[in-house]
Amino acid sequence: MPLLKIEQLSKRYGTDKYALDTIDFTVDTGEFVAIIGPSGAGKSTLLRCINHMIPMTNGDVWFNDTSTKALSAHKLRTHRTQIGMIFQHYNLVNRLSVIENVLHGRLGYKSTVAGVMGWYSDAEKAQAVEILQNLGLSEQMYKRCDQLSGGQKQRVGIARALIQNPKLLLCDEPIASLDPSAAKIIMDTLKDINQRLGITIIVNLHQVDVAMRYAQRIIGINSGKIICDAPPHTLNPSIIHEVYGSEAGELILDFGEQNAQA
Amino acid sequence: MNLSLILVNKMHKLDFFTQKRLSFTFFVLILIGLTYATVIYTEYNVAKGFTSIPKAIRWATANFYPDAASLKKLPTILLKLRDTILMSVASATIASFCAFFVAILGAQTTRINVWFSVIARGIATLFRNIDVSAWALILLFSFGQSSFTGYFALFFVTFGFMVRVLIETIDEVSTDSVEALRATGASYFAIIAQSVIPSCLPQLVSWVLFMIETNIRSATLVGILTGTGIGYSFDIYYKSLNYHAASLVIVVIVLSVFAIEAVSNRIRRAVL
Ligand SMILES: Nc1ncnc2c1ncn2[C@@H]1O[C@H](COP(=O)(O)OP(=O)(O)OP(=O)(O)O)[C@@H](O)[C@H]1O
Ligand SMILES: [Mg+2]
Repeated sequence: MPLLKIEQLSKRYGTDKYALDTIDFTVDTGEFVAIIGPSGAGKSTLLRCINHMIPMTNGDVWFNDTSTKALSAHKLRTHRTQIGMIFQHYNLVNRLSVIENVLHGRLGYKSTVAGVMGWYSDAEKAQAVEILQNLGLSEQMYKRCDQLSGGQKQRVGIARALIQNPKLLLCDEPIASLDPSAAKIIMDTLKDINQRLGITIIVNLHQVDVAMRYAQRIIGINSGKIICDAPPHTLNPSIIHEVYGSEAGELILDFGEQNAQA
Repeated sequence: MNLSLILVNKMHKLDFFTQKRLSFTFFVLILIGLTYATVIYTEYNVAKGFTSIPKAIRWATANFYPDAASLKKLPTILLKLRDTILMSVASATIASFCAFFVAILGAQTTRINVWFSVIARGIATLFRNIDVSAWALILLFSFGQSSFTGYFALFFVTFGFMVRVLIETIDEVSTDSVEALRATGASYFAIIAQSVIPSCLPQLVSWVLFMIETNIRSATLVGILTGTGIGYSFDIYYKSLNYHAASLVIVVIVLSVFAIEAVSNRIRRAVL
């Protein structure tokens, strides 16, 4: 039984052309999937359809063997609590402390009153502290988020997702705003979460070489269609070329280095 | 071939600047024309207007200053000043509080529904674009010369202004974190309380303080119309030709505006 099954998924913004065009694929529990494709291919749209941040136009997303096409407001919240999301721009409340931002990950489980008041249990606070320690942020715990570096902010974003106890993490270009060493820390962290906690990960990436190094499976999309869906070692330059269309020249260079190292 | 291309490019650039200069000249000419036409139409004597400035200054220095006798009026004036300040603070804070809820409905990030948003923005535009003095005149009909009239006039203008700036603030500072909290499954009100309010707080406080300052200035004017507060004191002294007391009112207003501004700058720094 797959954790996630995307079935004939289409998405259209207004009357534009389809941003996603009848997408089909399944993801099993514990997989680490990278989605690559040129700018405007529909990668972000795909992730946001999975947790219904934007409504889909056609098709269905099955999660845990349940259709999520017509969820009640309450069921939708429950659906989202099981899926953590990580953003390119971290999307933290910058004026609040690190630990407050992490605890935000628990809001999905709370009643409106408890959520508005920000009532967190001792167990939740202890879990937040533990996650921050594991991510190497125990020193920053009570700092305001606007005092952190980009890499630290992204780790706070990851902590906020982890405290949801999610089954799936959706990462939308998590390293696109980071320098190479911070990017490596984030990708290693995601890999670790995937292997140690068994959390399924889907990550949008702009860097093909990073996708090749970390993912077990690469889905390439272009103009809202899946071009390829295969493990990294089976990909070859012509497939990558097809995914990226005319932009591919430089990318193939990366690809060559990658093969040389392997 | 290449050279001619560069030349063509240069010509284009030249064209661009000539055009800019032309349109600027045109604009200035229109402005001069308009000024001239209005001067003729209103029969305003420019020379006389300017030559009367020294005369006005001479009159002011001779009559318009607080003297010892007017200082006896100070307690009454201060009492009126207190009324005016309280009215300004009350109207600014309560109107901002109401405006925050309407702004939440109006902002793209937090709106429930597109139509609410259009309505909220419409209300804000309507309230904002009617001047305080116009509001005061309109409200004079319903409340007469009472402090309600002044209070509501200030309330409406503050409300319209605050809805507008808060909509912009919400969309500017909280869009990202609202998206993140939505993705965790947080409820609507929890998102407002945990993300929108903390993100907007510094701007919110800053704008409320700004509105308090603005309202104190407007309250003086409104008071003349509605017969309340310090504006009324000024009106009475001025009309009864007690220029010394009237000038004392002005001094008191100026000093209190400075004081309020100093205090609010302090608060701003503390909040940021
Ligand atoms: N809110 C929106 N309204 C209208 N069109 C949109 C919206 N969001 C995305 N699109 C369009 O949908 C298509 C897919 O966009 P999407 O953001 O999913 O691409 P992406 O693969 O994530 O690109 P990038 O790598 O630049 O982030 C694009 O053509 C984009 O213009
Ligand atoms: Mg994107």
